[in-house]
Amino acid sequence: MSTPWHKRLSEGLAKSRDRLGGQLNVLLRRGPDLSQEFWEDLEGALLGADVGFSATEEIVTSLCDEANRQALPDAQAVLGHLVERIAVELRGAARASGTGTITTSGTTTSGTVGGITTGTVGTTVFDERPVTILMVGVNGTGKTTSVGKLAKQAADAGRKVMLGSADTFRVAASEQLDVWAKRAGVPVVGRERGADPAAAAFDAIEAAEKTGADFTLIDTAGRLHTSADLMRELQKVQRVSVDRSTPPVRTVLVMDATTGQNGLMQAREFDAALHVDAIVLTKLDGTAKGGIAVAIVRELGIPITYIGVGESLDDLRPFDAESFARALIQGV
Amino acid sequence: MFENLSERLQGIFKNLTGKGRLSEADVDAAMREIRMALLEADVNYRVVKEFIARVRERAVGSDVLNSLTPGQQVIKIVLDELTHLLGDTNSGLVLSGRIPNVIMLVGLQGSGKTTASAKLAFRLRKQGRSPLLVACDIYRPAAIDQLEALGRELDIPVFRGEGADVARIAKAGIRHAVDNLRDVVIIDTAGRLHVDEEMMSEAVRIRTTVKPDQILMVVDAMTGQDAVNVATAFAEKVDFDGVIMSKLDGDARGGGALSIRQATGKPIKFVSLGEKPDSLEPFFPDRMAKRILGMGDVVTLIEKAQEAAEADGGIDEKALKRLQRAEFTLEDFLDQIKQVRKMGGIGGVLSSLPGAGRLKGAEQQFDERELDRVEAIIFAMTPAERRNPKIINGSRRERIAKGSGVAVSDVNRLLKQFAEARKMMRQMQSMSGKGRKRMKFPGGLPGF
Repeated sequence: MSTPWHKRLSEGLAKSRDRLGGQLNVLLRRGPDLSQEFWEDLEGALLGADVGFSATEEIVTSLCDEANRQALPDAQAVLGHLVERIAVELRGAARASGTGTITTSGTTTSGTVGGITTGTVGTTVFDERPVTILMVGVNGTGKTTSVGKLAKQAADAGRKVMLGSADTFRVAASEQLDVWAKRAGVPVVGRERGADPAAAAFDAIEAAEKTGADFTLIDTAGRLHTSADLMRELQKVQRVSVDRSTPPVRTVLVMDATTGQNGLMQAREFDAALHVDAIVLTKLDGTAKGGIAVAIVRELGIPITYIGVGESLDDLRPFDAESFARALIQGV
Repeated sequence: MFENLSERLQGIFKNLTGKGRLSEADVDAAMREIRMALLEADVNYRVVKEFIARVRERAVGSDVLNSLTPGQQVIKIVLDELTHLLGDTNSGLVLSGRIPNVIMLVGLQGSGKTTASAKLAFRLRKQGRSPLLVACDIYRPAAIDQLEALGRELDIPVFRGEGADVARIAKAGIRHAVDNLRDVVIIDTAGRLHVDEEMMSEAVRIRTTVKPDQILMVVDAMTGQDAVNVATAFAEKVDFDGVIMSKLDGDARGGGALSIRQATGKPIKFVSLGEKPDSLEPFFPDRMAKRILGMGDVVTLIEKAQEAAEADGGIDEKALKRLQRAEFTLEDFLDQIKQVRKMGGIGGVLSSLPGAGRLKGAEQQFDERELDRVEAIIFAMTPAERRNPKIINGSRRERIAKGSGVAVSDVNRLLKQFAEARKMMRQMQSMSGKGRKRMKFPGGLPGF
């Protein structure tokens, strides 16, 4: 089912940049003047999109400076400029971090050529071949669902997939993954509830090696980043995976787009504990804008790779910085 | 980063002490800090705007109470107003006389409905009810299995219907409850997006079919600005009676609670704090207000400290002087232990501090018995030794250890810690220089 967000997004993409504002942006309805009111509304739009106080203040202040310096004629020009800047920042993270930064026992991978990213949408950890990916995040962000969808997409693209269920904590988590595995037609390896999740990850990597899978996705139990024990448990899962896996091991943080400022703390803690290679931003099909991603990219430089915009299988799609940035400042 | 609003406000106002009234300029500076704190706590920016306007009106020109500094005065106003907006008192779950009583849980995907359903059932059973869980999430793979397994663990029956008509499943569940003498039915529904018309009308269908006594919306405490949109849509389309705020065991400040309350007028009824079945607790507006401001329960802590000091016949001015000159003795140390005890022990003090979420581990690491041991060691010393620990030589150490039933190494450790604490005090002294105000906090707790 096509969602309003999705519709708005594709409409937005179809329009040329100078028509964009007039059509989509509430900020412009009152006229193109760069009044105090305009700046306040812009600030409101960014705050309302969960960009956060500090990032918003920085963005608005520097944009205001720039508008004066470059004598940007009107609100439309300012907004065009803003979208471009946010998009550049978001893409910049993808470039800066790129791939192959984590310490693994594996071989160096494709994706970056001489430090310059190839491809337009950007190659991500999901394009590496072979690769082992750990999906992590707090409770209820959509890890298992994302694993299922990624598995299906990869299998459809002709990759050999292995799923691992290292969520040995949540009741019925592995059953949920089983259903997804069946839908995607890929094998899944897990252990009984209460088992050591690191052992479950180990099993999955071993099974992947045996079957020659080149895309191993391991689902882990949701945990709050404030829970020291559970974060240590996850470090162990990662350690064991890195030791066992011949392909490089990447860690992907799944984040709910409705998350507010706590998202930054989540990203900080998970990154500190595990070195996060990429973020998947889910649930963008509601009215949430996911602006916390901007704050995260600004502070930590972790690239956003996929966004979830709906329930169906292909509603998990590659992240596009510009349309994301544009949707961000759409009238609230 | 924004943990300590009170400290920052004190900073702003530090040059203003002695003023009897809050001026407009004072209030402006404070409002910026408060705005920031609220936004960082994910209170919706529109709600923040209104809130600030309200607080400003109350604050400008208000008298600074005798007992408070201007900073504390502003905080008091903010806290009062915030508590008031959050609902003043806790509004618990009111069950009607209808048997079975029907409670329906709704919310976005991943907000924690299934877990909350089980916790609610557990809570009601503890209150002498016999709940039945009804699984109506037929969409998420294995969601019903999850509820069933939770029910099994808690020994609470779970009804799983057949077919794709959730309204019919819910109805069958209620019939099942009647047949099996269960007096409360908790319906766990599928997670749905507020913009998904089809799913929203499904929830309405369940509502009109079973006419729940209570509909509770489960909201993730980590929700950002969107909480307003979500809650408004649910209130308009499905209508609900109250909110369960989940995942408050993390460090999310939960400003969404205020947004929801403001946007819909619906009360928060419960907060959910973790994985354990008994971690569903009643909602207290005053505590939530402090959490949103990132203040921990400092006010209570200060009150406790004052009470403790007053019970001892006021703050010992001489001890305070000694403290300032970094000349405090083991006797002062003993007094402080006594005061900490009165304030609920180390655990009690720590859990009231701002940013205590991060200290959770530390709280457990503190062994309250350590205090007993320290006390015993100091009791075993002569007054002269307490005043001048330098005289404690080897044979004295041995005597003290014997007298207090500890090993000599324990005595050594205490003396070392004490010496370090004293050194630290001296450094602080020289660092802060002349402008230093006197220590406000009676339980200064050197050594910890």
